[in-house]
Amino acid sequence: MHMLGRQKMLEQDPGIRRKNFNEVALGYTEEQAIEEAKRCLQCKKPKCMEGCPVEVKIPEFINHVANGDFDSAVRTIKSNNALPAICGRVCPQETQCEELCVLGKKGESVATGRLERFVADYERKKGVEVPEKPEPTGKKVAVVGSGPAGLTAAADLARMGHSVTIFEALHAAGGVLIYGIPEFRLPKEIVRAEVEYVKKLGVAVLLDSVIGKIETVDELLCEFDAVFLGTGAGLPMFLNIDGENLNGVYSANEFLTRVNLMKSYKFPEYDTPIRRGKHVVVVGGGNVAMDSARCALRLGADEVTIVYRRGEEEMPARAEEIEHAKEEGIIFRLLTNPIRVIGDGKNWVTHIECINMHLCEPDESGRCKPAPTPGTEHKIETDVVVIAVGTSPNPLVPRTTKGLDITKHGTIIAKDDGATTKKGVYAGGDAVTGAATVISAMGAGKTAARAIDEYLKGK
Amino acid sequence: MPFKILKKQELVPTIHLMEINAPRIAKKAQPGQFVILRINENGERIPLTIADFDRKKGTITTIFMVVGKTTMQLSALKAGDNISDFIGPLGNPAHIENEGTVLLVGGGVGVAPIFPQARAFREAGNKVISIIGARSANLLLWEDRMREVSDELYITTDDGTKGHHGFVTDIVKKIIESGEKVSRIVAIGPPVMMRSVAGVTRPFNVKTIVSLNSIMVDGTGMCGACRVLVGNETKFACVDGPEFDAHLVDFTLLMNRLAMYQPEEKVSLEKYKCGREGCTC
Ligand SMILES: Cc1cc2nc3c(=O)[nH]c(=O)nc-3n(C[C@H](O)[C@H](O)[C@H](O)COP(=O)(O)OP(=O)(O)OC[C@H]3O[C@@H](n4cnc5c(N)ncnc54)[C@H](O)[C@@H]3O)c2cc1C
Ligand SMILES: Cc1cc2nc3c(=O)[nH]c(=O)nc-3n(C[C@H](O)[C@H](O)[C@H](O)COP(=O)(O)OP(=O)(O)OC[C@H]3O[C@@H](n4cnc5c(N)ncnc54)[C@H](O)[C@@H]3O)c2cc1C
Ligand code: SF4
Ligand code: SF4
Ligand code: FES
Repeated sequence: MHMLGRQKMLEQDPGIRRKNFNEVALGYTEEQAIEEAKRCLQCKKPKCMEGCPVEVKIPEFINHVANGDFDSAVRTIKSNNALPAICGRVCPQETQCEELCVLGKKGESVATGRLERFVADYERKKGVEVPEKPEPTGKKVAVVGSGPAGLTAAADLARMGHSVTIFEALHAAGGVLIYGIPEFRLPKEIVRAEVEYVKKLGVAVLLDSVIGKIETVDELLCEFDAVFLGTGAGLPMFLNIDGENLNGVYSANEFLTRVNLMKSYKFPEYDTPIRRGKHVVVVGGGNVAMDSARCALRLGADEVTIVYRRGEEEMPARAEEIEHAKEEGIIFRLLTNPIRVIGDGKNWVTHIECINMHLCEPDESGRCKPAPTPGTEHKIETDVVVIAVGTSPNPLVPRTTKGLDITKHGTIIAKDDGATTKKGVYAGGDAVTGAATVISAMGAGKTAARAIDEYLKGK
Repeated sequence: MPFKILKKQELVPTIHLMEINAPRIAKKAQPGQFVILRINENGERIPLTIADFDRKKGTITTIFMVVGKTTMQLSALKAGDNISDFIGPLGNPAHIENEGTVLLVGGGVGVAPIFPQARAFREAGNKVISIIGARSANLLLWEDRMREVSDELYITTDDGTKGHHGFVTDIVKKIIESGEKVSRIVAIGPPVMMRSVAGVTRPFNVKTIVSLNSIMVDGTGMCGACRVLVGNETKFACVDGPEFDAHLVDFTLLMNRLAMYQPEEKVSLEKYKCGREGCTC
């Protein structure tokens, strides 16, 4: 008796949620979770697990949920994944675990992400259980960056008995989870709780510590037996068009950092200001663009327009995010590319000039290369522009570390197990791959933790 | 991780000195670098130049002028109080070598960041000529400390209450015209002052360095709030600077971008004053 359709998850109504920063998706009730869990076929060779980079024992935890034994479900998940409340919310499940679920062939796959979220939320409400501390190995590991890659590597290394210290540049831990992804998709309370859990595993977190400035990696290697670099890809790219330095033009990183990390949506209760535009234009088609647009709307914009140079098919954002953005009334101008930003003579942005694009033959990434259609230049009125066209790794660490090689794109060169060109130094996540996903960064953290453990055993 | 204020003092009206216990930063600090601080959970992150550091004591000294909400709130703190965050040392150190004669120009609160540079240039073996200026004699900062590390010290006030009656640029011009072989000028102060110094030295083609105070958030190259135009190229002041070749800086853009949050800054300051002075808004 396996229904083809999955349990629906309650969401805030679009007309209401576009005016607040509260979480959009409301999660399953216990009954819904059990019903959904019962749909799982408990496959002997579970395909779903092949899609999970951190190796969550999916059928096992789902079986516990189906039996109403949520405590066992928590333990099962957490033996592989230290951040389930986060993964359950922001993993692109449709291209990970859920894509491979056998039920997906005939109907809808099991909602693994929603179940994971349910289980993690259940535990947070009830009080988090901390596993017993292993015998200390006496080895010390420094982790640079507290994003999903760093947190996962740190949690796994701590559970192997190593003494771990995370160094984080910002005043809060979590990386993109805390400064980038907005409150309404991932409440910061949840990030803080999962970071607390990692601390309870014995990991020390030193905030306000910019490695490369306060200490170099070479200096860390004097004190620590190994170093893991999970420094992300935080350097914003701009379009390099005229007018990009006008007042009112933001990088998505600045816009989202002001809103999320600095809580400027609560200005003046919080001190950091943000310009609340009436007509906001967001340039780009990824998750970052969707998040920026939806934040701008919640800051009170009358109209928010996404300008993207390819078509909807080519948009890298998750389908669910595009859907949510549309429901909230965000306007999409596809096959449109900005060519310059225009100001009022006092350095304030007033318009963005764009040109229509058309798609030609596919490029090396398999997507169709867009080309401008001459004569279609047009202006869009705007008072805030957010540029969300990608990021690259910050050069601070590579520039100050002897023997750490990078590619021409600035990403750190690392083997599959995370080993870099420098002995004792491992890396993973966006710093190695360029901007990717939370779960791939976590997978890289996990793999590197194993390799570091091996390396420390041989030391 | 709170950071303790060890010393807090109003040096001249509206300009305060604050010494912070930050041994890890003190170990690394160099002249020309800055810190970013955040007072508390609701606070914004603001940059302040390192005005002095003591590696043995493990302290960093900053000097700030009260211009808005955050600096006013900071000025109300006392020795023994804590602030939530103190991050640094950020930015590139000043380029300090023995090159002969250097001319250091500090305007207003800019005298503070000029001081460690003057000291370092002197220790490196240079002849150090310093010019410090203020609106009025009672606002003049660190005359004694600057005298200690300078071979020659000139003072200017806008209103003539002390030293030369006029601007620092008058003296800069006089010194260059006197034939003194100056290898480098470092000018730190309000953007208008830095722009004037650049204007004066450009025709003489003397290397002139300024420290740009653009609006910042993270200070690590992550947001781009601090972008400035130097030689027609966009640079991030926090990681590419804060010091740049004055002759290449677009000061108009800098000043325009500094005005970005004027309405919000006003709201924030009024709200803070109300809270402190007990009005009913
Ligand atoms: C707005 C936005 C929305 C996204 N939405 C999704 C989504 O829905 N689903 C998804 O899977 N992915 C999403 N992503 C992508 C995902 O967040 C990233 O791929 C992931 O966070 C990368 O993890 P990381 O640990 O490699 O790096 P990061 O999360 O970038 O963390 C790096 C950390 O290192 C710190 N650091 C950097 N340099 C130093 C230094 N020198 N010293 C000390 N610390 C340093 C940084 O401050 C940061 O905290 C989104 C990204 C953004 C920006
Ligand atoms: C690298 C650097 C070094 C600096 N060093 C010093 C110093 O040694 N002493 C000193 O008195 N001031 C210094 N400043 C300026 C100082 O950061 C600002 O005066 C302070 O942020 C004002 O905050 P506020 O809330 O009191 O005023 P606000 O009301 O917020 O603003 C008043 C003025 O400060 C500017 N400002 C506001 N926020 C920022 C910000 N986050 N970053 C930079 N400027 C801002 C505004 O453009 C405005 O002109 C420095 C700035 C930079 C970038
Ligand atoms: S961590 Fe992500 S990929 Fe793995 S099972 Fe959970 S939702 Fe799926
Ligand atoms: S593939 Fe689908 S049905 Fe099979 S075990 Fe995994 S979740 Fe259950
Ligand atoms: S302050 Fe954010 S990049 Fe310079």
